[in-house]
Amino acid sequence: MAGRPRVALLVTCLADTLFPDVGKASVAVLERLGCEVVFPAAQTCCGQAHINTGYQRDALPLVRGFVETFEGFDAVVAPSGSCVGSVRHQHAIVARRFGDEALAQRAEGLAARTYELSEYLVDVLGVTDVGASYPHTVTYHPTCHSLRMLGVGDKPLALLRAVHGLQLVELPAAEECCGFGGTFAVKNADTSTAMLADKMSAVLTTGAEVCAASDSSCLMHIGGGLSRLKTGVRTVHLAEILASTDDVPAGVA
Amino acid sequence: MSVAPQERGKGAPQERGKRAPQERGKVVPQGRTLLPVVVHAPRGVGHLRGDESFPDAARGALADTQLRRNLGHATATIRDKRAKVVGEVDDWEALRTAGKAIKDHTMARLPELLTQLEANVTAAGGVVHWARDATEANQIVTRLVAETGSREVVKVKSMATQEIALNEALADAGIEAFETDLAELIVQLGDDKPSHILVPAIHKNRAEIRELFARTLPGVDPELTDDPAALAGAARQHLRERFLTAKVGISGANFAVADTGTLSVVESEGNGRMCLTLPETLITVMGIEKLVPTWQDLEVFLQLLPRSSTGERMNPYTSLWTGVHEGDGPQSFHLVLLDNGRTAVLADEAGRETLNCIRCSACLNVCPVYERAGGHAYGSVYPGPIGAILSPQLTGIEDNASLPYASTLCGACYEVCPVKIDIPSILVHLRAEHVEAQRETRRVPTAEAISMAAASWTMADASRWEKAQTASRAGRLLGRRRDKDAGRIRSLPGPLAAWTAARDAPRPPAETFRQWWARDRGADT
Ligand code: SF4
Repeated sequence: MAGRPRVALLVTCLADTLFPDVGKASVAVLERLGCEVVFPAAQTCCGQAHINTGYQRDALPLVRGFVETFEGFDAVVAPSGSCVGSVRHQHAIVARRFGDEALAQRAEGLAARTYELSEYLVDVLGVTDVGASYPHTVTYHPTCHSLRMLGVGDKPLALLRAVHGLQLVELPAAEECCGFGGTFAVKNADTSTAMLADKMSAVLTTGAEVCAASDSSCLMHIGGGLSRLKTGVRTVHLAEILASTDDVPAGVA
Repeated sequence: MSVAPQERGKGAPQERGKRAPQERGKVVPQGRTLLPVVVHAPRGVGHLRGDESFPDAARGALADTQLRRNLGHATATIRDKRAKVVGEVDDWEALRTAGKAIKDHTMARLPELLTQLEANVTAAGGVVHWARDATEANQIVTRLVAETGSREVVKVKSMATQEIALNEALADAGIEAFETDLAELIVQLGDDKPSHILVPAIHKNRAEIRELFARTLPGVDPELTDDPAALAGAARQHLRERFLTAKVGISGANFAVADTGTLSVVESEGNGRMCLTLPETLITVMGIEKLVPTWQDLEVFLQLLPRSSTGERMNPYTSLWTGVHEGDGPQSFHLVLLDNGRTAVLADEAGRETLNCIRCSACLNVCPVYERAGGHAYGSVYPGPIGAILSPQLTGIEDNASLPYASTLCGACYEVCPVKIDIPSILVHLRAEHVEAQRETRRVPTAEAISMAAASWTMADASRWEKAQTASRAGRLLGRRRDKDAGRIRSLPGPLAAWTAARDAPRPPAETFRQWWARDRGADT
C-alpha cells in the first residue's frame, strides 16, 4: 500500500456515548499498524436503530449526514458489524424510498469503502497478527450482522488466534443470535430474555473468563445478563483485545 | 391488480353473469392484471389473524416448559438433518440462485402464466375456478362437494385450505373432512391448531400423541404405546377405511406447471397419493403463486424442496397429474386458484419476493424466535419468519402489526431459504410500512414516534448530539446503589424497564469518546 493509509473512524453512537474504550482501542490498533486515524466530529449515528424500528423517514437525515461527513475519505472503519451492515445494505434503500436517487448512489459508493474493523485489518491491511497480548481465556460470539450481513467469516477468530497469550475456547452454538435485536429486546422482552439465557449458558459452559464480540450492542446485551447473574464472566470488544499489549494491557471492564 | 373470480372450462356453468368468460386460447390478461386495486384477505374468514399480539401470545408459550422441550428437540433434529443433506450438494448455491430466478420470473409474468395454466388444465379435462378470496374459495369447494352428493371428503395436508378455514366451511355445510396426514390428523383430533408448516403437530411429543389417540380414535388398541411406528399404525388403521370409501379428495398443490397444466403434490407418507388417486372427484385449492413456467423448472424445485424441508435427498412420494384420464384416477378434477391477498403482495415491489416461497419451513427450523415462542404465537397458520412477512402482507399490515417485529433480524432464515427470500429486509420494509400507516391515520403520534423523531432531530446535528450526550451522563446518578456496583444500572424507568428486568445496563462513562478525542488530540477534524 502506497503511503500511510488514512482512515476515518465511525465510532458509532453507542460506543461514543457508553463504551468510549472501544473507540480508543480501535484508534490504538489502527495507529499501531501505521494508519492515520481521523475522527470526523460531525458524525453522530448511522440511523440503524431508526431504520430497523420502521422510522425510515427519520433515518433519512442521518443517512444524508453520514454520507456528507464521510464521503471525502478513502476508507471508513467502524468497530461494529451491525452499523457497517446498515451502511452497506440499508442506506441506499432508505434514500430510494424517499426518491433521492442521487443520495442513494452516493451512499452506495461510500458503502463500498466502509469496513468493519476485522475486515479492514485482514482484507485491506492484510494483517492477522496485530502485535497484541492478552493473557486470558476468551470465547467469541460472532454476532449475526457480522456473520450474515457482512460475511466476515472467521476473520475475527484469525485475529484472536494471533494474540499473544490468549487462549481461545470455542463457543457452542456460536452462530445463534443472542436475542438483542435492537428494540426487539424491549418490544419482545420475554423472547429476547429466553434467547439470552441460552447464549449465557453457552458462554458459561466454555469456562472462559471473557466473552468477546465485535459489536458493543450485542456485548451490552450479553454482558448485561452475565452481570445481572453475577457470573463473573466479563464481555470485551474485539478491538480492546487487539489493542492490548504487554506494555498497555486492556483494563478490566 | 386482482384476479377476477371466473369459472371456465369443460362443462362449467358460468357464475356471475356480468363477467364474460374470455375465449380459451386467447390470452388477454390486461383486463384483470393492471387494475390498481389492492385487495387484502378479508376479515372474519380463514386463519390469518391471531387474537393476541405476538409478544402476548409468546409469553404463555415461553413459560410452557414441555412445549419448549418439544420444539427445541424437534427443530434441532430437523435443522441438523437439513444441514447434512444440503452439504452434500456441490451446486447448492447455484440451485438456490436458479430457484430464485425462476420464481422472480414467474411473478413478473404471473397473469400470463396463470392464463396458460388455465388453458392447459382445461384442455386436459380439468375445470378451473378463480377465487378472489377465502369466502369465494370456500363457497366453490363446498358447492362442488355438494354436487357429488357426498357428505365426507379426505384431505391431503394443505396450507391453502388451512388458510381459508375450509374444514370449518365444509362442516357448516354438513360435510365432514378427514385429514389424512399424520400430523394434521393429530391437530384435527385434538381440536388444535397447526404450529408448523411441515410438521403441524411439532408442539406435541410422542406421549401426548399416544394419549390423544387413546382418547379419540374409535376402537384403538388400549395397549397402544408411544412408539412412533405404533402410533402411525393406529392412524393408518383409522384412515384406511376413509380412503377406500371417500368419493371426494381435496388437496393443495406444491407446484403447478403452466406449460403442461400439470399439478404436483410432494409428501412423505403416501396418504397424499391415496387421496389424489382413489376418489372419483379431486378438488385442488392452490394459491396463485404456486406456479412454475415449465416442466423442466420442476427439476430445480424437486431438488431444493425435500432437502430444505424434511432433510431428505428426495421426498418419498411425488405425485404429478394432468387433467383427467379415462379409467385412471379421479374422473372429475377441479382446480381452485386462490388470490386472498396475493395480488396485493405482488403489487408491492419490495415485498413481492415473499410469493416465491415454496413452504419448505427451513426458515422456521433455524429461527431462534420460532424455536422458543412456537408457531401458535404468530396467530396465523403461517408461522415463523415466512409467516412474519406473509401474513401481514396478505391481511394488510395493521391486522398483523406485531409480526414484523417478532424477529431480531439475525438473518438465519435468509441464509437457509432455498429461493433466497431476503426475509430480514422485508421485515424492515414492513416495519416502515406500519410506521407510515400509523403516521397517516393517528391524530396523536405514538410515544415511540415522538422519541424517534426527537432522536433524529438531535442526531442530525453533532453539536445537538453532544449536548444530549452530556445530559445523558446525568444518568450516571441513575439508580445508584451503595454496593459498589458502580459500573452497572440495575433498573431503568419507562419502556427501558423491560431491559433491566433481566439485564443490567451500563452506566454512562465520565467522558464520551468525542470528548476524549478533543482532549487527547487537541483539534477536531
Ligand atoms: S421463506 Fe424460504 S425458507 Fe421459509 S418456508 Fe418459504 S421457501 Fe422455505
